[in-house]
Amino acid sequence: MTQQSADPRTTPVRGSAPARRRRGRVPVALLVPAVLGLLFLVSPFVGLLTRVPWGSLGSLVGSEPVMEALWLSLRTATAATAICLLLGIPLAWLLARTSFRGKDLARAVITMPLVMPPVVGGVALLSLLGRRGLLGQHLDAWFDVTIPFTTGAVVVAEAFVALPFLVLSVDGALRGADLRYEQAAAVLGASRWYVFRRVTLPLVGPAVIAGGVLCFARALGEFGATITFAGNFPGTTQTMPLAIYLAMERDPDVALALSLVLVAVSLAVLVGLRSKWLAGLVGVSS
Amino acid sequence: MSRSCRVCALCLVTAAALALVGCSSGTGNEAGPTSAAPTSAAPTTPEPEPLTGELVVFAAASLQDTFTQIGDLLRADNPDLTVTFNFGSSGTLSTQLVEGAPADVFASANATTMQGAAAVVNESALFTHNSLVIVVPEGNPAGVTSLADFANADLKIALCDPVAPCGAAAEKVFTTAGLTAAPDTLGQDVKATLNLVTAGEVDAALVYKTDAIAAGDAVETVTFPEAAGVVNDYPIATLKESANLDAAEAFVALVLSPEGQKILTDAGFDGT
Repeated sequence: MTQQSADPRTTPVRGSAPARRRRGRVPVALLVPAVLGLLFLVSPFVGLLTRVPWGSLGSLVGSEPVMEALWLSLRTATAATAICLLLGIPLAWLLARTSFRGKDLARAVITMPLVMPPVVGGVALLSLLGRRGLLGQHLDAWFDVTIPFTTGAVVVAEAFVALPFLVLSVDGALRGADLRYEQAAAVLGASRWYVFRRVTLPLVGPAVIAGGVLCFARALGEFGATITFAGNFPGTTQTMPLAIYLAMERDPDVALALSLVLVAVSLAVLVGLRSKWLAGLVGVSS
Repeated sequence: MSRSCRVCALCLVTAAALALVGCSSGTGNEAGPTSAAPTSAAPTTPEPEPLTGELVVFAAASLQDTFTQIGDLLRADNPDLTVTFNFGSSGTLSTQLVEGAPADVFASANATTMQGAAAVVNESALFTHNSLVIVVPEGNPAGVTSLADFANADLKIALCDPVAPCGAAAEKVFTTAGLTAAPDTLGQDVKATLNLVTAGEVDAALVYKTDAIAAGDAVETVTFPEAAGVVNDYPIATLKESANLDAAEAFVALVLSPEGQKILTDAGFDGT
């Protein structure tokens, strides 16, 4: 009996029919909450779909303000993802491959934007980069640059909340990756920078892409930090989530149409890239 | 064992239900000497029975200070009453109410947002008026002196989003003045817009006179003649689905009373 229960774990027969039969039936105690959990996540979207004004959807979605908000959202989320990749990969490497004092604290601090309300992030950004902020006052005085209320501020806010997703995902993959390849390269005389570029990065490539996708999705949905730090103005800083929030008061039909577009875009990104890359991520980290 | 328990429970529930029915029919049908005493005494003495339970008031962001005071006033006479406020953009509140948010009173900053909640509110009454002023950060760093400065694209300008009454009023101000404003951001309600000025993030904003007064020394106020033509009327109404209609009506009455009106005019609102 013990041998039988240990068997599926050691033999990689994931998904094959005999293995499933050998594991027995799915316990009801797990199945019921699992299905409830799935329903809980899916049914609000079903509710959304029933309310969408399908007849006028084309004209609502095609209208200029909606296209403007969508275009702005896609541009800023892409830029934020680029920043996350640029800063996040080296940060993840630093956490996974070096040891320094306060590393645990650094890890905790990095996850902070993940757990605190994004509005707090917006306030924090404002107190650093705002016109009266710690850094912002000098930018204003010396270079006549003010960051809030610009499209750049939207990118900053989105990158701020999305960066932890990339760092955590890449850090996890790096720590799970087989060190022997890097060691072999080092023994053969490769520099640390060369090893990073030619061995480490390809090794965690799928995790980087998965993290990037999560970053993009998070940036696309960003609301609190954006409205607080970047403000709200059509064409400049009014991204899809802000447009939805304000349309909810002006014209709920527009809000529903916008929501549908955002859900469709997010779903397309997540599903499209999940099948292709996230499968690879599972292969690497396990 | 468990079965007899269930029977027991059933008995208890039935007994309780019967007792309730008995009670309500007793007070409803026959005016017994004991139960009639307080009700018949009520009309002769002006002091109403103290209110209890919870009172939920949804009110425009601009009413935050004054309504909190009026709530305290009501609670002083009714210590067993809990008054809970939800302050926000009248547009947001109106949407929340239509979507079924539980509330007893709704006070909005213009007629449009009250009409938006028409399906869920009882008849509304106007209780005060408000007008717009220009606010600038302490020291007026950008030297804003008139409404015309709002057309200057070089200045950082905040207005309320048109979904909020203060934004609708601002739009009207610029239309009547024949100006095209060049705002950099649109706050979701008047407090959000004012806070940008208080924090020094923008050079100027249009907010209600009352909010400018409440902000104290953190901002400076610039009045402009065009404001006189655009006045926001504030309506208040009880909710049809109110769970505490007595308290809701008492709150509305207090807002309309001389005492409530004094609190509002002291804060800079224009009386009814």
